[in-house]
Amino acid sequence: MMSVFLNIALHHLLARKRQTLVSLLGIALGTAFFLGISAMMQGSETDFIHRLIDNSPHITIQDQYRNSQIQPIARLYPNAVFQMHRVKPETETRGIRNYKQDIDYLLGLPGVQASPMLQGQGLLSFAGKDEALTLNGMIPKDIDQVSTIGRYMVDGSIKDLTENPDGIIVGSELARVLSLERGETITISAATGQSHAFKIVGIFHTGRASFDETQVFLSLKRVQALLDRPNRANTIVVKLDDPYRAQALAAQIEAHVAYKAVSWQEASEDILSTLALRNIIMYSVVSAVLVVAAFGIYNVISTVVMEKQRDIAILKSMGFHARDIQQIFLFQGILLGACGCAVGLPLGTAIMYALGRLTFKFPGSTQLNQMPIDWGWKQFAVAGSFAFVAAVGAAVLPARKAAQLKPVDILRGAGA
Amino acid sequence: MSGAVLKTEGLARRLAGEIPVTLVQDIDLQIARGEFVAITGPSGSGKSSLLYLLGLLDQPTSGKLWLEDTETSSFDEDELADVRLSKLGFVFQSNFLLPEFTALENVELPMQRLGRLSNTEAKARALSLLGDLGLASQAEKLPHQLSGGQSQRVAIARALANDPAIVLADEPTGNLDTASSAIVRHILRDLTKDGERTVVVVTHDMDFAAECDRQIRIVDGRIAKGAASDARLT
Repeated sequence: MMSVFLNIALHHLLARKRQTLVSLLGIALGTAFFLGISAMMQGSETDFIHRLIDNSPHITIQDQYRNSQIQPIARLYPNAVFQMHRVKPETETRGIRNYKQDIDYLLGLPGVQASPMLQGQGLLSFAGKDEALTLNGMIPKDIDQVSTIGRYMVDGSIKDLTENPDGIIVGSELARVLSLERGETITISAATGQSHAFKIVGIFHTGRASFDETQVFLSLKRVQALLDRPNRANTIVVKLDDPYRAQALAAQIEAHVAYKAVSWQEASEDILSTLALRNIIMYSVVSAVLVVAAFGIYNVISTVVMEKQRDIAILKSMGFHARDIQQIFLFQGILLGACGCAVGLPLGTAIMYALGRLTFKFPGSTQLNQMPIDWGWKQFAVAGSFAFVAAVGAAVLPARKAAQLKPVDILRGAGA
Repeated sequence: MSGAVLKTEGLARRLAGEIPVTLVQDIDLQIARGEFVAITGPSGSGKSSLLYLLGLLDQPTSGKLWLEDTETSSFDEDELADVRLSKLGFVFQSNFLLPEFTALENVELPMQRLGRLSNTEAKARALSLLGDLGLASQAEKLPHQLSGGQSQRVAIARALANDPAIVLADEPTGNLDTASSAIVRHILRDLTKDGERTVVVVTHDMDFAAECDRQIRIVDGRIAKGAASDARLT
């Protein structure tokens, strides 16, 4: 019996070929744009997160506590009647205590690479210019395991730092500003009054100007000596085989080492929130395209209902039930939605494929970039379902209206 | 109620509104199986309204209606639709065929909805009905390709598709030329020949009414005095 309703629905749509085609195109193009834009947005998000994961430690253990330490007296008498104010916290020795034990613990965890780091400030005076620098003291042989700086070397390599303990790796921007070249010797002084001469063994270029100008990489031992903090580290950088475990593992590590362990998700919470907001905006805009297309379908089916009032009266006089009439018009929405998806999904695939092959240059860049495109079955499922639901949803009201029509009202109006 | 295929008692239909309108009232009648009945009366007298009530297309505001011994006032919309599908056939003044469907498909539709026959059987029966009405060669034509008389014959074939006990026709010859009108009148007359099928026709055409077994004259929504409503039964 369903085939009777489907047959009538099909006849109604085919009788209005142009309007049907326009509605169909609305859904098809909406679906295709939905796929294309979501693939671009998803692609750029994935690309961004990959860069974020690659270029920063997955977990950073810092020489500070997440919450201020509770005074021993407050711990002892939590419900005391008297409260002591303005108690000065005990002065903590800066740096991570027993960091070597913590490193041993971290390396014992599966899929974890960890290395200590001492960060501090230094001053480079060269050719009459002073440059404030962030000194990153690391164990040279560990740098490649916990950092991606090696990927950005444009001159020399990290290996040279291993071979030369008095070596230093500087950024391209610093080298440009001070006209430095590999092999030159520079002297860095610290607030402790210590200064040391270092030989430039490598130059990196990340593309982030401030990073490339202010960050330098040196041997941990040398930075400890410069800052007068022997055997100290104030940061432990952790890289994971699976970066998405970072949040859970950071909590576990923090519980064990007591120091604040910050996952990359926590460190980039603002950026991830922005990405989430961007997704909401994108899906709202693209959904609006489909909603507009759905209005087209609503318009077509409503018009059919208006024009087919006489036919509805005939069908009802024949013995068709109200729900039969409703199904006939719902089938029109289903047919338009299904055909729209059938055309829109392959069209969207073609658009995504074409976008994925596009290459372009960012202003000021010499590199050819490819549009980051990311697509999977979920996007197809969301685009197809949304388009289909929008099309069928648009048919519901006219279908219900058609079902409620009283044949006798139409027959009287027809002047029978 | 032996023999009466349609029976009404105090049937009335009023339209509510600021100014209530009474379409028909106090309709007491009986129509026997196999009878060919004409409902006549001046324009606006309530003939068509009565036909819609008899055909369960409209529901009375008061009174009762029996169809083959079953009282229908308690029926819901779906039950009424089921009765229309299996026991009633309608022919309207304008041909009222579905314009996107061929003559054959128009006749097949009620059978497909009822679902008693397979598609092949429904097609064969539709072709047979069209053949009986002299339209075998027009089966694949769309309604706009048919003349008024041919369209009305297709409408009759469609009304007969599910072999209904009662055929209700509202001014079936109203829009036809004399020759086509004669053919349609003859076909409707023949439908009652075996005594099993009842035909109720609303008409202005007094010649046509005269061909019927009985006339029921409606004036101002009531059966006019002197118009016997159960002549055939007594």
